[in-house]
Amino acid sequence: MPTKPESEVMDRPAAEAAGTAARGFISVRNLKTYFEIRGSVLDRLTGRDAGTVKAVDDVSFELAQGEVLGLVGESGSGKSTLGRTLLGLAPATGGSATFQGREIVGMGERDLRALRAQMQMVFQDPHAALNPAMTIEQSVGHPLIIHKRAKGREEIRRHVAAALDRVGLSPPETYLDKYPNDLSGGQKQRAVIARAIVLDPVLLVADEPVSMLDMSVRSKILQLMIDLKDKLNLTYLYITHDLATAKFFCDRIAILYLGRIVEIGEASAIYEAPKHPYTRALLTAIPDPDPTRDIPRDLPRGEIPDAAKPPFGCAFHPRCPMAFAPCGWEIRDLRDLLEARWAGMAEEAHQAERALLGTIEAPDAPEPTSRLSAAPGATGEALLALLERIRNDDPAEPFWTGVKAMRAGDGCVEIDWHPPERPELLDLGAAHAACHLHNAELRARYGKAG
Amino acid sequence: MTEPVVSVRDLRVYYGTPRGPARAVDRVALDIAPGETLGVVGESGSGKSTLGRGILGLLPEGTGIAGEVLYQGRNLVGMSKEELRHMRGPELGLIFQEPMTRLNPLLRIQEHFEETLRQHHPKLDRDEIRRRALEALGRTGIPPTRYKQYPHEFSGGMRQRIMIALALVLKPKLLIADEPTTALDVIVEAQIIRLLADLKKTSGTAVMLITHNLGIVAEACDRVAVMYGGKIVEEGDARKVFANPVHPYTRELLRSTISLETKSLHTIPGAPPSLITPPPGCLFHPRCPDAMRVCALKAPIEQRLEDGRRVQCWRHGPAEAIPDGGTEPLEREEIAVANEA
Repeated sequence: MPTKPESEVMDRPAAEAAGTAARGFISVRNLKTYFEIRGSVLDRLTGRDAGTVKAVDDVSFELAQGEVLGLVGESGSGKSTLGRTLLGLAPATGGSATFQGREIVGMGERDLRALRAQMQMVFQDPHAALNPAMTIEQSVGHPLIIHKRAKGREEIRRHVAAALDRVGLSPPETYLDKYPNDLSGGQKQRAVIARAIVLDPVLLVADEPVSMLDMSVRSKILQLMIDLKDKLNLTYLYITHDLATAKFFCDRIAILYLGRIVEIGEASAIYEAPKHPYTRALLTAIPDPDPTRDIPRDLPRGEIPDAAKPPFGCAFHPRCPMAFAPCGWEIRDLRDLLEARWAGMAEEAHQAERALLGTIEAPDAPEPTSRLSAAPGATGEALLALLERIRNDDPAEPFWTGVKAMRAGDGCVEIDWHPPERPELLDLGAAHAACHLHNAELRARYGKAG
Repeated sequence: MTEPVVSVRDLRVYYGTPRGPARAVDRVALDIAPGETLGVVGESGSGKSTLGRGILGLLPEGTGIAGEVLYQGRNLVGMSKEELRHMRGPELGLIFQEPMTRLNPLLRIQEHFEETLRQHHPKLDRDEIRRRALEALGRTGIPPTRYKQYPHEFSGGMRQRIMIALALVLKPKLLIADEPTTALDVIVEAQIIRLLADLKKTSGTAVMLITHNLGIVAEACDRVAVMYGGKIVEEGDARKVFANPVHPYTRELLRSTISLETKSLHTIPGAPPSLITPPPGCLFHPRCPDAMRVCALKAPIEQRLEDGRRVQCWRHGPAEAIPDGGTEPLEREEIAVANEA
């Protein structure tokens, strides 16, 4: 059996600050996990790059032993990839991640396998996580065989029974010979957790462990995970989209958006005074059975964007109700703006506006000036007049804060943009947030009130 | 009360299983008024989806169904498949959980609308179809520039908007939405719920919203029916039910729902009842903290409370039907941990 190191008090605030940090139980520095998009055969022959998805992009955090860190975000935020990268299940592209001082990035499969005995994963879908052809004893006992921790039926059975007992599947004898099909969703998830703890790990990466379960079962599984944490001295990475369960479970929370941490801090701070507009949006969107509450109205528009072509500047800016000049406005945002406008318009009015506009081509990198071409036969002046009219219809639309100037050119409108700035995590006391709203210098430069 | 769009009376649905028939929906009665949103909540296996499908006549082959689903004076139960097919769409619409699996990946959005509208209005010309389709899409926030695109070019939330537009373009009297937001992210989910609430106001379509999420019902529904083991155990004004649940199951379910306001974790002991060999008496009695002796003996009789609520719980009477000593607390065996969850 592995011996667990005594839990030690970590110097967390110091560790949180990027750069020189105290060595943590888990220490992640500028971690990057990129996926190449496989293009067509022709693309590969001609050497054309089909693109890269930056699933985890420059993420840093510390995790102390015995702590529960929530990784929270929507699908496509990179939270699951981050968890998988820490277990060596998705190879990192760069950066560093250490587990009890040992570097995981670049570690060979053999070493990783040995390490994984101490770091286990609980998956979202208990129906898919258990092999339907294996009994519960076989499934839960499987890691013991892989890691050569137990020999012979008797010894394996003893370990499995102890694990089942720990997760509330007791008496274990009634479950050993059952198949996943014989169990309810909650019981299956208990079996998945039993399999994760059977090797006495020190870290559990739990990826949406309660999302697929019924409401009345969720709190049971969550309670079980809290109990196990205390009994087995576990450390958790809790990956979820649900800030309500995270509130209950986590000591600290990291909010992810399109591969980057946009806010990280003590859970109490995140819930009491969220600093990033995205965190605020996630909190207002949670449905609440409180009968006095109305449907939230101030929701961000749209959905999480294409990770292969992330927005310039702050990735959240196209959806952000608070965004201003430096957040990364670009021609794609104009296209979204026009589409949203046309969705609510009568057919003739929409056709008339559309007839002025040529195709919108989005550049790969920010450009100081974009050329918006007019349709063949339409003049730049007419197109400019349309844009001015749209601006006058809704002057409060944040998009226009990013437009420095517009002028009619030859068959086009030239749009000058304010230069996009990528927000970095700023130390805001109880939390760090990557948002220009907290950058006094940028606010002053662009006259952002509030 | 105005004439309901649909009246369900004594509806029973049975599935055949190797271990015997499972009572998925058991003597359910409910009315849906024009323009109202009725939330049907329950956990997996409570029969909420089966109820929705039963109303639409979309149950799998070999399912037993009895009782009445009255729509404009006609009973949909027992109606021929052909007749039902004509009703679905222009009269009764449906939105499913997984929008991607319901849109044909080989057809443009335009073709989906053409197929749907031609099916029920064969005489419409192309311009009129386009006009109606764009109008429906516009109301769900899909721009006309994307009319000729394929389903894979849309995000999950937009696909669900397209599904809603496809249902609305036929202007049904009743729209049944079965977990329409379960596959979506939380912000997109809130957007779709807001959209459904707005559409109800503008179109007058009645909506039956089937969900496991009590929060969604509280925010979007006028009335709520709580299902347990195939029965509606409590039904009434959504705000009243959530503020003051009268059935112990509703109360316990509300308490075990984790929201931002949750102060401590609460669980309901035990597991949902078997639908094949249900417990005697009230189906909830083995898990009910308020159970009395009568609860293990006789099925509760539906009562209507002063505020119009319906409830099936002996705690609310009728007193004359309770045998002597029936109100004594129920002594019971400890629920084995093994039967948890």
